[in-house]
Amino acid sequence: MTVVIETRGLTKRYRGGQLAVDRLDLAVPAGSVFGFLGPNGSGKTTTIRMLMGLIEPTAGTASVLGRGMPRAAGAVLPQVGALIEGPALYGYLNGRDNLLRYDSADPTADPRTRRARVAGALERVGLTAAGGKKTKAYSLGMKQRLALAAALLQPRKLLVLDEPTNGLDPQGMREIRALVRELAHEGTTVFLSSHLLDEIEQVCTHAAVMARGRLLTQGTVAELAAGTRGRLAVTTPDPADAARVLKELGVTDVTVAGDRVSGELPVSDEGEPAEPADLNSALVRAGVRVRAFGVERASLEDAFVALTGEGFDVAG
Amino acid sequence: MSRVENVSTDVATAPAPVPAAGARSVSPLWTLGLLRSELVTTFRRWRTLALLGVLAAVPVLIGIAIKIETSDGGSVGGGPEGGGGPAFLTQITNNGLFLVFAALAATLPVFLPMAVGVIAGDAVAGEANAGTLRYLLVAPAGRTRLLLAKYAATLVFCLAATLAVAVSALLVGALLFPLGDVTTISGTSISFGDGLIRAVLIALIVAASLIGLAALGLFVSTLTNSGIAAMATTVGLVITVQILDTIPQLHGIHPYLFPHYWLSFADLLREPFYWDDVLKNLGLQGVYAAVFGSAAWARFTAKDISA
Repeated sequence: MTVVIETRGLTKRYRGGQLAVDRLDLAVPAGSVFGFLGPNGSGKTTTIRMLMGLIEPTAGTASVLGRGMPRAAGAVLPQVGALIEGPALYGYLNGRDNLLRYDSADPTADPRTRRARVAGALERVGLTAAGGKKTKAYSLGMKQRLALAAALLQPRKLLVLDEPTNGLDPQGMREIRALVRELAHEGTTVFLSSHLLDEIEQVCTHAAVMARGRLLTQGTVAELAAGTRGRLAVTTPDPADAARVLKELGVTDVTVAGDRVSGELPVSDEGEPAEPADLNSALVRAGVRVRAFGVERASLEDAFVALTGEGFDVAG
Repeated sequence: MSRVENVSTDVATAPAPVPAAGARSVSPLWTLGLLRSELVTTFRRWRTLALLGVLAAVPVLIGIAIKIETSDGGSVGGGPEGGGGPAFLTQITNNGLFLVFAALAATLPVFLPMAVGVIAGDAVAGEANAGTLRYLLVAPAGRTRLLLAKYAATLVFCLAATLAVAVSALLVGALLFPLGDVTTISGTSISFGDGLIRAVLIALIVAASLIGLAALGLFVSTLTNSGIAAMATTVGLVITVQILDTIPQLHGIHPYLFPHYWLSFADLLREPFYWDDVLKNLGLQGVYAAVFGSAAWARFTAKDISA
């Protein structure tokens, strides 16, 4: 397996002494769509900035496309498109001129194809019509699209997208997801940080979870989700009775929401989860009317909450 | 996002767009694209144009004021040597060309350095403040290359600002006052053509007088992520240093202050030229550019870009 991003013991301690990233060992396989998860303040953006050569690690190494960063930034970054912590634009320039400026900052970008590439990037993010408008008049979603266009000015081997759907409407989010899939299909590795777990689940093949500067886990999305057991969910017009019966049968963490009762499947002494069908027949025998019965597949969100234990609370 | 819908056909028909890493042949000239972009970005900004407009308005004000004051046939000030005020004012009614020298002498202590302080101070800090700095660096602009482009663009602005004053002064002088042979400070007379050449030379020397300040402003700009703070600090330094330059007790450090020899450009209106102080000025500017340019480089290349 070739890796596109690899960090070994990557550590960043800010001058105040705050440890933002703590001995991070990350491996992003080539061709993957890699979801990078973590609560706010968990060190995701600091990691991305170190990968992009913007800040110097306190300890450890980071390599991108096989070359050490930040030393090889000049050789590596032309092959990397990046969206870091939201869009940043020259408000007094129009969208097209913003892209022309970012493109001319790249010494490996051919000035003869610059205008054509800028037009192509604008079209790809759906901004052709707004390309002549000053960007200070753009909505957040349009700015986000333009920043994405800047990342797509050249064919890239790696795209680093930090919260790419921030500020986009649902339609825009769908388009970004489709774009990410399309790019991945073309062979670009996509490194995607996001707060939106279902988004990661929809587009990512791999994921890593960070909290308080430490890497909690990384692997394929399927592996991560498999790490947590499913929950029993019963839909019934008699929720109170159902909850009582399920508790008697050893189901833990029973919660009732409207006509929906859910809980953790009981585990036998041998460590095997109980057979759901037995629970169902027990419910019916007790006279509980059941509309729907099943075990919900564990989502990435469950895996995430199980790992961080704190949901999306900001780390202190 | 029209391409999004036909993903499969796109991929099937288009040739692989990703060239091998080494296949992209790069011309060394492409690196100049950043400087060009820097110039375009600087000079398309309203703020830059407003600064140039204010500078160009100074000679207009001086010219009109002198025209009104002398409309009764009197001369500026008292006697033939003019009682104080900026240099060259008394000569303007005889020869409009002197408005160029007078306007440069009037703007060099305050207006020109303020304008340069705004542009130089904002150069890096303004980009950091707007967040555009991180995108330029991951483009990748290269830190040394970006700093050089910023400095070069600031120097071009120094020249543009000086020319804005000089050209405006020449036009106003030609409109309001007679033109003709130029009487030098030494009392000799040179032709109008020679006088014009000296005006160009003086404008270049005035622009070069701002080289040190431009480097100082750029250095300040690498210290902070606030464009406003960097501009204010740079302009504040200009004012402070000029005050220090007027305190007689500090005469020991005067030759090392960057504005100390600024007004020496008047020596180029002597016959023959008196170069000593002009060369000292240029040398001092070179030292400031080297010292603060290096400091800016050392700071900027080692800085964590967290904005």
